[in-house]
Amino acid sequence: MLRPAYAWLAGLSLSALSVSASADWGMNMTRGVTEVSHSIFNLHMTIFWICVVIGIIVFGVMFWSMLMHRKSQGAEPAQFHEHVSIEVLWTVIPLLILIGMAIPATKTLIEIYDTEDSDIDVLITGYQWRWQYSYLGEDVTFMSNLTTSRDEIYNRVDKGEHYLLEVDEPLVLPIGKKVRFLITAADVIHAWWVPALAVKKDAIPGFINEAWTRIDEPGTYRGQCAELCGRDHGFMPIVVVAKTEEDYAAWLAEKKEAAALEAELRAKEWTLDELMERGQRVYNTACAACHQPNGEGLPPLFPSLKGTDMVLNDIPGHIEVVVKGSPGTAMAAFGNQLSEVDIAAVITYERNAWGNNTGDVVTPLDILEFKQGQ
Amino acid sequence: MSAVIDHHHDDHAHGPAKGLMRWVLTTNHKDIGTMYLWFSFAMFLLGGCMAMVIRAELFQPGLQLVEPEFFNQMTTMHGLIMVFGAVMPAFVGLANWMIPMMIGAPDMALPRMNNFSFWLLPAAFGLLISTLFMAGGGPNFGWTFYAPLSTTYAPPSVTFFIFAIHIAGISSIMGAINIIATILNLRAPGMTLMKMPLFVWTWLITAFLLIAVMPVLAGVVTMMLMDIHFGTSFFNAAGGGDPVMFQHIFWFFGHPEVYIMILPAFGAVSAIIPAFSRKPLFGYTSMVYATAAIAFLSFVVWAHHMFTVGIPLTGELFFMYATMLIAVPTGVKVFNWVTTMFRGSLSFEAPMLFSVAFVILFTIGGFSGLMLAIAPADFQYHDTYFVVAHFHYVLVPGAIFGIFASAYYWLPKWTGHMYDEVLAKTHFWMSFIGMNLAFFPMHFVGLAGMPRRIPDYHMMFANFNMISSVGAFMFGVTQLLFLFIVIKCIRGGKKAAAKPWDGADGLEWTVPSPAPYHTFSTPPEVK
Repeated sequence: MLRPAYAWLAGLSLSALSVSASADWGMNMTRGVTEVSHSIFNLHMTIFWICVVIGIIVFGVMFWSMLMHRKSQGAEPAQFHEHVSIEVLWTVIPLLILIGMAIPATKTLIEIYDTEDSDIDVLITGYQWRWQYSYLGEDVTFMSNLTTSRDEIYNRVDKGEHYLLEVDEPLVLPIGKKVRFLITAADVIHAWWVPALAVKKDAIPGFINEAWTRIDEPGTYRGQCAELCGRDHGFMPIVVVAKTEEDYAAWLAEKKEAAALEAELRAKEWTLDELMERGQRVYNTACAACHQPNGEGLPPLFPSLKGTDMVLNDIPGHIEVVVKGSPGTAMAAFGNQLSEVDIAAVITYERNAWGNNTGDVVTPLDILEFKQGQ
Repeated sequence: MSAVIDHHHDDHAHGPAKGLMRWVLTTNHKDIGTMYLWFSFAMFLLGGCMAMVIRAELFQPGLQLVEPEFFNQMTTMHGLIMVFGAVMPAFVGLANWMIPMMIGAPDMALPRMNNFSFWLLPAAFGLLISTLFMAGGGPNFGWTFYAPLSTTYAPPSVTFFIFAIHIAGISSIMGAINIIATILNLRAPGMTLMKMPLFVWTWLITAFLLIAVMPVLAGVVTMMLMDIHFGTSFFNAAGGGDPVMFQHIFWFFGHPEVYIMILPAFGAVSAIIPAFSRKPLFGYTSMVYATAAIAFLSFVVWAHHMFTVGIPLTGELFFMYATMLIAVPTGVKVFNWVTTMFRGSLSFEAPMLFSVAFVILFTIGGFSGLMLAIAPADFQYHDTYFVVAHFHYVLVPGAIFGIFASAYYWLPKWTGHMYDEVLAKTHFWMSFIGMNLAFFPMHFVGLAGMPRRIPDYHMMFANFNMISSVGAFMFGVTQLLFLFIVIKCIRGGKKAAAKPWDGADGLEWTVPSPAPYHTFSTPPEVK
């Protein structure tokens, strides 16, 4: 037994810790910003308090027995060992509590499953280890990558405010609209989870799952992949930015403009230096996690790109493996993940970096030609 | 004629053989039980070391000690070793030692198979652990090894992992067959089914669960093997397969598996609480039926592990209701234990301390289990640290404390000596505090949004993770004390009486301590 003074001290320091830790989301589930997340939060709190009450009763009887019926205090044991009516009672009462709990849970679940009549449809595709968002019918598609630097992860510089929960391109959604998510994956199973929206759904290769949300207030909501998906499972966050309808429309127009610009870039004459510069950037976000920043990979899972035969001698083979992936291995197909410009840049970079120095220039048009030849 | 037979008996003392071959060739249930228990403790320490690596990396945000690739191998191997190498063999060890003595049988029904099923285990785990040193590393896809991460995207060593699971599975199936055959055939005259100690009952039911689900596990890893090496597409959507089917098959094995790890502990605690309450177990019959009900329900709740994979609404509802139902028989058990203590004459030796902690903390794990059963709420809990907290609350104070309680309860019978009570109580309190410090804060970080199986996390989770790590180190180091206590008890100590606990009941206490190499060569009469 702790003496009271120590118990107080321990309690105080624990609560002090919990206060500082709860600065952001606290130690409880978030209430979230949608009607569904509120219902889920209420279910969570209801079942929690039911458990607390049952716990107090059961543990109360137990501690009372442990304090009052000690052999050391000369307690004489009773010899009863069954009692039918009490046994029936403690079977029936829990059953009734459970039924009481199942009713609101069922209602909420039916609501969660009602994905009909959406205003906006977004296709979400999980890749190792980034998310792709496609606004159906709008011709807007982009990848969303972690932006936290390796220096922060390896403790070489101070960590930023949104360490591991920040991306280059967030998913932007309007408030007050029913948004349907179509969720799938291109390689292994991932799970798309944003606590504030109370949406968590597995992204499964070959299958499309549905979920929906209607966000009440503008803001930035952060989440993470929730299904172990390999090496960088902990490094593929989700950021949702909810905007007013006007702001959303403006953002969408801007995105479409950028897509047009990208098409122009494709036709442009590229020099080796330009491709190298862009290629290094693409390599570090899309390839370095497996093949490593120095190109040496982590054999045998992730092969080296430094001085290897294909990288030095085989341009068509190199393009094919980047665009289509390598079936049966961890090498993903980047044809739909990266633009033609980015693929051309990264292949050029790989063929000229780390002492490979082939001098080869692969242009966006080469990539387009390869894709069209398929 | 009888003189000749007597003479024969005199020449062969039928004690243990000498040297190493005693252990290699033994068919004695006590020797095999001992080997199972030592093996499981070795695996417990090894799996524990891996947990220490995990907790050391998670001590602070940022990557300090290990790369994510190795971190994933540690979480995977920690789970596999603890489930298949530590908890399951420990209970088989207890069953080997105690079931024949509890039912008045001379040995297990199939002693040679008993030897074989033990010796398969070192082979299986030698193979599994060797994968850590192979090119590409060991299994890194979580102990649940979801396809296609564990097939197309797995390191080459996955084939060895599959083979190790096959061997461990064969060992479990043979162990289960042996236990069923022993219980159904070798009970002493008068020992009817409803007179069996609850430990025997819970093990009988566990053994049926094992026989039912281990072949399913073998099936699923064989399908993986086919996908990896023989061009099939069971779990590959591009070839017409279904990655979700993997999860259905896995959890059809996996959910009964979690009861395999807890039911024998229920049985042991149902012997220990009455012994130290000096009062018969309350509701023996309802305990038996509750165990059977839990075992039955365990076959129809598997998809509650998969609430977020996108099963249809009706499926979701069915699995939610069925899962919530498990709370009823489990509640009955807890109420029975508490009522057994009520108006007893309680004392708190180490086995009782661990058993009381078992009831309290397992109930807390049950509460979080009930919360997880609520499918809509599970969308927020699923695959977070809340789940990690939940299953460690049912496995550590559940299975592991159940094993510790059993070990202290029966150590006098095994060794003939009393263990050091002061050290054992220290072991209990350090384990109790360490375990709660390690796992309680995980509820908070899970609810606050920390996914499981990540090597690095945002700063808002930092404080609780640090507390968890401190608690885990404390719990880990304390287990060395347990090793010391057991060795000390084997080497000497106060002589134990045939029945060292005044409230204990059962045939095992009618034989001397330590139990002779052969017990009940003539069956006892049970009235």
